[in-house]
Amino acid sequence: MSGMILPTALGFAFVCVSLSILLTLFRLWRGPLSADRILAVDTLTINAIAMIVLFGIAYTTPDYFEAALLLAMVGFVATVAYCKFLLRGDIIE
Amino acid sequence: MTLVAQIVVSFLLVLGGGFILVGSWGLAKLPSVMTRLHGPTKATTLGVGACLIGSMIYFPFFGGAWSAHELLITLFLFLTAPVSANLIAKAHLHRQGRRIDANPSDQIVDGLPAPTGTADWATFGGAKTPEPSVPEQATGKN
Repeated sequence: MSGMILPTALGFAFVCVSLSILLTLFRLWRGPLSADRILAVDTLTINAIAMIVLFGIAYTTPDYFEAALLLAMVGFVATVAYCKFLLRGDIIE
Repeated sequence: MTLVAQIVVSFLLVLGGGFILVGSWGLAKLPSVMTRLHGPTKATTLGVGACLIGSMIYFPFFGGAWSAHELLITLFLFLTAPVSANLIAKAHLHRQGRRIDANPSDQIVDGLPAPTGTADWATFGGAKTPEPSVPEQATGKN
């Protein structure tokens, strides 16, 4: 009985993160403004980090955390670059 | 002890999944960009933080080695989420003030009102190519 707690919670979290990725993809497809799409890409990166962490728990391997850390850094830099491009029309001035 | 760890990790995972879902639901549901910013930057970040802390508690009990990677990712996300939200809001205000992206849901279709004093908004004042300022464009339409 007690062995079922963690797999159930893990399945619930997987379902939630998958639905979140679908909702974020809807906003990325639909979003009328550029700021919406940048926000959707940023949220998609964060959801991907959550998915990687959940896979790390499901397979009980710590190998995925470097990927999550790299994705966090690259996602932040990408968001900053997109916003900079919208603000100035140029990324590296 | 293992049961307590299981319950704590399960609670954190369920909490994190719920917050991530609420944040993305807000991103898909809310009416304008400025309201859509709230969901992902607050709820989703908190949810990912809960998932990562749950993972950090999980590994010493069930996987073996403890690692600080999760704490590092959590700190990095909590530091960068407000910065990226601020940049997205700034870019949106800039484009809305320049009438590139008018968003009627924000109910400020005429762009930002001029600040008191001689200086323009900092978002527009430091622009690379000088264009007509926002109040002139706003009065030109009315």
